[in-house]
Amino acid sequence: MSTDTDTEARRQGRIVVVGASLAGLRAAETLRDQGFTGSLTMIGDEPYEPYDRPPLSKQALLGRARPEDTALPRRRDVDAAWRLGVAAEGLDRDARQVRLANGDTVSYDRLLIATGTRARPWIHPEEAALDGVFVLRTRDDSACLHRKLTSGVSRVLVIGAGFTGSEVASACRELGLEVTVAERGPAPLVGALGGVIGAAADRLQRSKGVDLRCGVSVTALEGDYGGRLRRAHLSDGTAIDAEVAVISLGAVRNTEWLAGSGVAAGPRGVACDAGCRVFDVNGIVTDDIYAAGDVARSPHPLFDYQFLSLEHWGNAVEQAEIAAHNMICAGTKRIPHLWVPMFWSSQFGINIKSVGVPPLGDQLVVTQGSLTEERFVAVYGYRGRVIAAATFDGAKWLGFYQEQIAAGAPFPPEYRTVDRRTETLQPVDPDFPDPHLPTHGPTVTLSGHSPSERRVQFVPSRA
Amino acid sequence: MRLVVDLNRCQGFAQCVFLAPDVFALHGEEALLFSPRFDEEQRDRVEKAAAACPVQAILVDYSDEPTRGVTGGVEPHVD
Repeated sequence: MSTDTDTEARRQGRIVVVGASLAGLRAAETLRDQGFTGSLTMIGDEPYEPYDRPPLSKQALLGRARPEDTALPRRRDVDAAWRLGVAAEGLDRDARQVRLANGDTVSYDRLLIATGTRARPWIHPEEAALDGVFVLRTRDDSACLHRKLTSGVSRVLVIGAGFTGSEVASACRELGLEVTVAERGPAPLVGALGGVIGAAADRLQRSKGVDLRCGVSVTALEGDYGGRLRRAHLSDGTAIDAEVAVISLGAVRNTEWLAGSGVAAGPRGVACDAGCRVFDVNGIVTDDIYAAGDVARSPHPLFDYQFLSLEHWGNAVEQAEIAAHNMICAGTKRIPHLWVPMFWSSQFGINIKSVGVPPLGDQLVVTQGSLTEERFVAVYGYRGRVIAAATFDGAKWLGFYQEQIAAGAPFPPEYRTVDRRTETLQPVDPDFPDPHLPTHGPTVTLSGHSPSERRVQFVPSRA
Repeated sequence: MRLVVDLNRCQGFAQCVFLAPDVFALHGEEALLFSPRFDEEQRDRVEKAAAACPVQAILVDYSDEPTRGVTGGVEPHVD
């Protein structure tokens, strides 16, 4: 088949997108934009059209935006059949069908898996069911939590000081609530940014009145006779009276529905190649199944071809666009997903941003500003090249560092920059926790080299 | 009418905050908070804000058309 005939054929047929959130929506728009004229079906487990999640732990908790007002703007009409409020439950690759929870089946010629993640639930289901115990991932979660926080509670316990947990703690302080944060690791944000930056986040939280307890875990949540949360017990033997607990222990990838389908899907996500094509369990690439967004993991040449899972808003957009493009293109027209990871968080009035893959870093240098001033640029090095940068209120500099990462610029950086302090220019160990131990919300998960790797426990090469 | 800001692109120039202060606000020195939904009254201001953004990070959807082709439990799209 010539390239033109192949492309023409790929613009027709049936495409099914499982997952009706940011990645699914942007993929659908790209498909139509690039001339896909066949039938398009969007399947989503939530009964809502695609909405934006980042505001749910920020504006929405502060009452500055309603969770139900976060529907995503459309770039264009996607002319799709939307099957909302019903989850996909199985995949039959021989029959090319997706099975839905209500028993229906939907046939496809090409499939996009964009089922994302869900909040990791509290380990004890009976305790998780107590009135006052929340997770935060969906519109409904945010609405319930906001209602609770504004109903006159006295103390909130946040379990896990990753980005979501820290944002919740920030919102609580702004609402005038007492908040205790319990983090198993040595500092907030340690999984994503390491202990050196974590120490800056630690000072920031304490300066804003957070009762931060690091190096402890919550061992039990205790309810009263009415089934309402009353107290939490910590591993250091202390107890905290709280009416609200927000479980912020990271995310679980929604891959269970793919069990038995023969695609390389497991707790670390759905493995795909750089063109978003999903691998089967034998490491053989499929050509009719694609993945994008939080659920996907794919190899990246800038980061030693490790498979990366990125729980990033920007990645969902970029990867969805590339997956959609490749779904309707002939082989030679396909493009790789080589996005440089990037994310942001706003908490305690500080804009925290990062580019690259900080957890790969073996050294760190503060190139601008100072860690103690809550305004700085920290650059991470990996084997003598720049691999990542993180800023506190320094967003304008990140574009520069993104180029440095993409170019494999030498580390430590030799350029002169403004606001450069001599006392911080000595590279230090960024102090990431032992990569064998799970951390909350690392946002970038290095998940090894094998496409069909399905172990829960990743064995890192440098530990 | 809805909007979203690509906060990876946003560098806190805050032009939108000056042009549409009821929709965009700075939280601290640099972090941007926005209202994802706005009404007709704000339309001109939001349009100017989106046009003025130096990094073109604001995506606006002025249509209030309900999504076509929906089956299932979706609630009607209303303001």
